[in-house]
Parts: sequence; structure tokens; C-alpha cells
Amino acid sequence: MSIWTTFHKWGSPRWFYQFSGRLLPWLGGLSLLLLIGGAVWGLALVPPDYKQGNSFRIIYVHVPASAVAMGAYMTMAIAGAIHLIWRMKLAAMVMKAIAPIGASLTFLALLTGAVWGKPTWGTWWVWDARITSVLILFFLYLGVIALHQAFENREAAAKACAVLVIVGAVNIPIIYWSVEWWYSLHQPASIRFIGESSIHPSMLRPLMATMAGMYLFFAWAMLLFTRNEILDRERNTRWVQDIVCGDDKNAESNSVL
Amino acid sequence: MYFDSIGELFAMDGHGPYVWFCYGITALVLCVILFEARRRRLGAEQRVRGVVRRKQASANKVKGKG
Repeated sequence: MSIWTTFHKWGSPRWFYQFSGRLLPWLGGLSLLLLIGGAVWGLALVPPDYKQGNSFRIIYVHVPASAVAMGAYMTMAIAGAIHLIWRMKLAAMVMKAIAPIGASLTFLALLTGAVWGKPTWGTWWVWDARITSVLILFFLYLGVIALHQAFENREAAAKACAVLVIVGAVNIPIIYWSVEWWYSLHQPASIRFIGESSIHPSMLRPLMATMAGMYLFFAWAMLLFTRNEILDRERNTRWVQDIVCGDDKNAESNSVL
Repeated sequence: MYFDSIGELFAMDGHGPYVWFCYGITALVLCVILFEARRRRLGAEQRVRGVVRRKQASANKVKGKG
């Protein structure tokens, strides 16, 4: 199969709806398992940090929320670019679906960061590079949501959002390297892809679990929101009507039984 | 378990309220995301049913005239 056939297939809302339907139970089950397992592990099983004490356990929710909030933005930017370049309708739906999820995760990152800061740094908030750039990320997400609602015309909304999202993507490397570029109260990354991580393996393992769990949760939620968008926009097509009204018939026959 | 008792697990040497709040709010926000997905699904389904109803009503009208 050529790359263009694959591309066209992925661009078809109907194919995407059917394919994603098969992924949903796996993504949902695995993400909840990893998140709950990792949380129990991080809360009760690992020993406390020798400097921070037990407040370090917040790492198992704060770091996954922050990392996935940034990953979600990059996914949204790629979807925006695909929509602008190839006019793929599905990419615009994905972009719209990600915004509320990303905003929620960024809100979590900011809130858990503030609550972690109080016992560790002695303050809820500082206007330093890392924290301020994450706040900007939160406003970018809210901006995308507001921009979608501001337009009557769907095409115009998607185009404007794609431009905003792509321009805003410059913020992502700023967030990532802010702790290295500027003097910051926020600690540098504990996990490194190159070189040795500064976190003990016993503390790292539950973090890997909640991190993977959060990525899978994001994928799950993104598919759910995109599928809703597909149902809404394609409501005049026969296949969508069959899915919704077919469910009704099944429900009726079930209730009779 | 690292802690000796459930009481110690909740207290976490004074850090308990911070740690438990963070885990609680994370669980809450993830649940809100799933509820919102469900709410939108039901809304979208209702709009699809509206289209089907209107289509059937106009088809019946045409049949009635014929």
C-alpha cells in the first residue's frame, strides 16, 4: 500500500471512526490500569526523597500531566499543519478535540506544581521562566477553544486555529529548555534521554507507569472527542445515521429481552 | 508498603494534605474529561436523531401527497 493510500484512508472520517472504535477498550483499560497501579506504587510503596520527604510523591501526577500537556500541544500543531497543507477535514477535528483535553492537563500541571511548590520552595507561585511559559501554554489552549467558538464558519475557524496553534508551538521548546536557559526555581529535568537520569530507579519505575498511563489516557480521550466531532459533522451521512439509529434498535431489542 | 500504618500513609509526615490533594484533583479532572466526552456523545447522537426524524417526516409528507 502506498503512503498516499494510507494517508487518504486516515483522512476518511468513516474509516477513522471504525478503526478507533477497536482501539478504545484497549486504550481505556490499559491507561486506567497503569494510572491506578502507578499511583498506588508512588503513594505507598516507594520510600520518600531524602531531601523533600513525602511531598516528592506529587511527581507521579505532576510530571505526567505536564509532559502530556506539551505532547498534546505538539499533536495539535501537527494536526493543524496537516489541515492547512492538505486540507484534511479529519485533522481539523483532531485539532479541535485536543484543545479541551490539553487545557485540562495544563491546568493540572499548574495546580499540582503550585501545591508541590508550597512545602518544597515555600511559595505557591513564582514568575519564573518555566512556570510562566506553562501558563502561556494554558492560555494558548484557551485561545484555541475560544477561537473555535468565535467563528460561525467551520472552515474559517479551523484555519484560524491552525495558524494560532502553529505559531504558538514556539512556546514548547521554550518550556522544555527554560530550566536550562534561565535561572529558575524549578529543578532541571530528572529524566534524560541522553546521559544518566538523576532519579533513582526505584522512584523512576512508578513514574514510567503513570507517564505511560497518562499518554494512553490522552490518546483515549482524544479518540473519544474526535469521534464525537465526526458524528456531529457527518450527521447527514447514512453511515452515521445507521450507527446512531442502529444502536436504538439494538437497545429496543435488548429492553424487550 | 513503606508506611507502618494507614494513619501514617494519610499524614505523610505533614505532607499528606499536599500529596493527597494532588492525586485527588488529578483523578477528578480525568473523570471530568471522560464525563465531558460522554456528554458530547449524547448531544451529537441527539442531533443525528433530529436529522433522521426530519428526513422521515418529509418522506411521509411526500408519501401522503402521492
